[in-house]
Amino acid sequence: MRDHPLKTEETVSSPLEAVQRIATEIAGPAADAVDREARFPVEAIDALKKARMMSALVPRELGGFGCGMIELAAMCEALGQHCASAAMVFAMHHIQVASVLRHAMGQPYYRDYVTELTRGQLLVASATSEVGIGGEMRASKCAVAPGAGGRFTLDKDCTTISYGAQADDILFQARRNADSPPNDQIFVLVRKKDFTLTQKGAWDTLGMRGTCSPPFLLQSTGEDGQIFATPFADVASETQVPFSHVLWSNVWLGIAVGAVRRARAFVRQQARAKPGTVPPSALRLAEVASMLQSMRTNVHDVASECETLMKDDVQGTKALSSIAFALKMNNLKVSSSQMVAQIVHQALQICGIMGYKNDSKFAVGRHLRDALSAALMVGNDRIYATNASMLLVLKDD
Amino acid sequence: MKDQIRAILKEHARLAVDVDALADDGDLYQAGMTSHASVNVMLALEGAFDVEFPDRMLRRGVFESVAAIRDALTELTKDR
Ligand SMILES: Cc1cc2nc3c(=O)[nH]c(=O)nc-3n(C[C@H](O)[C@H](O)[C@H](O)COP(=O)(O)OP(=O)(O)OC[C@H]3O[C@@H](n4cnc5c(N)ncnc54)[C@H](O)[C@@H]3O)c2cc1C
Repeated sequence: MRDHPLKTEETVSSPLEAVQRIATEIAGPAADAVDREARFPVEAIDALKKARMMSALVPRELGGFGCGMIELAAMCEALGQHCASAAMVFAMHHIQVASVLRHAMGQPYYRDYVTELTRGQLLVASATSEVGIGGEMRASKCAVAPGAGGRFTLDKDCTTISYGAQADDILFQARRNADSPPNDQIFVLVRKKDFTLTQKGAWDTLGMRGTCSPPFLLQSTGEDGQIFATPFADVASETQVPFSHVLWSNVWLGIAVGAVRRARAFVRQQARAKPGTVPPSALRLAEVASMLQSMRTNVHDVASECETLMKDDVQGTKALSSIAFALKMNNLKVSSSQMVAQIVHQALQICGIMGYKNDSKFAVGRHLRDALSAALMVGNDRIYATNASMLLVLKDD
Repeated sequence: MKDQIRAILKEHARLAVDVDALADDGDLYQAGMTSHASVNVMLALEGAFDVEFPDRMLRRGVFESVAAIRDALTELTKDR
């Protein structure tokens, strides 16, 4: 039994178990309403904050649970099985926290910030995508403008900021200054007291409706000490990309597991109605079970490689910035985003009309709509184009 | 060797500044070389110097400056 400062009534043996309970007891029951009303999954996120999960990655000596990527990934999967929106909010927050922890703890501002985040269970959003740039994270239009008294101003026209309205702080990249080329980027956290968000559109989408991700104009100021000393290029390859692709893939794995669980229950019900005959849908279930196993194996394999590399400061850091690793991460993203849609679609075929009906206990419509976001969340063709370019020089030697 | 590297950078790195204005250890990425452009630089270097960069060398740091590229090429051609 692992000791930890969980504040729930009943004892749970690990942070992961606490999140699993929140997933089944709180996030799951609210998921349909969150989806229907396109509202923030407030009860799940409040419960995660109460269980001190917003600082799950923070080292124990600073008051967190000191979880690694694999444990966090399992949490994302657990939540994803029951409410993909809550899972994605949780995942995106931790991608940001991971970046602070890996790259900014040498800066006094961020040492204090992590204490504050842990104490207040702050929620951090990401304003990566920019109008006119799309999903290319390694290019920016907006630029830091130096101001008086060691402060800067920085405005960004954002296509999508998930839970922007609910977030305490926002982390994003921008050009170093007005003369910098698009890829000479810094990374910076801005605080709620220092930014305004002007919502410029709605978030009425097919799926992932509870992530509440409309376009916003972000206008902010901050102290120069809030700008990461590490260039964004390194933050991107060492943390943002691996954490995003691994945690997103785990959310998608959760969606797939959730849909297949309903398909299995459906087939069992059919089998019980006519013992002695194997229902025809069982064949399709056998097929989807194999697809799910491939997806799970791939997701877990890449996560464990990432965690190993991240623990090795010298060789690991070199490997994280290699083309071979970037290709592997991109492959994980495109394959798991395609697999989740195929698996959920197959679950729908198995459940038939009972899967298609939103009021059925075998409904997988929400799963399917949520799953379809995966291929767009950084467009797969954009990623394939990057991979195509990298394959021109990689030898697989 | 450095002149040849600079000529390749001029043609393929798509820098925001003139490569001649950049010191040997000047950061090419900060000068605007994108990942995509860096792949073209690698291809052109492999062609011009008749070498193949092994995968372990295919990472950002190895192509971050004229000096870093020269070191990598020197390592690959030292046994000739
Ligand atoms: C649920 C959800 C939540 C999100 N939350 C956030 C958030 O909190 N913060 C944030 O910053 N972003 C967020 N995003 C991502 C943001 O919305 C992305 O910018 C967006 O998904 C990509 O925008 P786009 O489709 O306009 O793609 P673009 O990148 O502009 O691409 C448009 C199309 O062109 C294709 N394409 C682009 N480049 C190439 C190329 N070189 N070769 C071939 N094809 C190409 C793409 O595949 C795509 O089909 C979120 C996305 C989703 C789905």
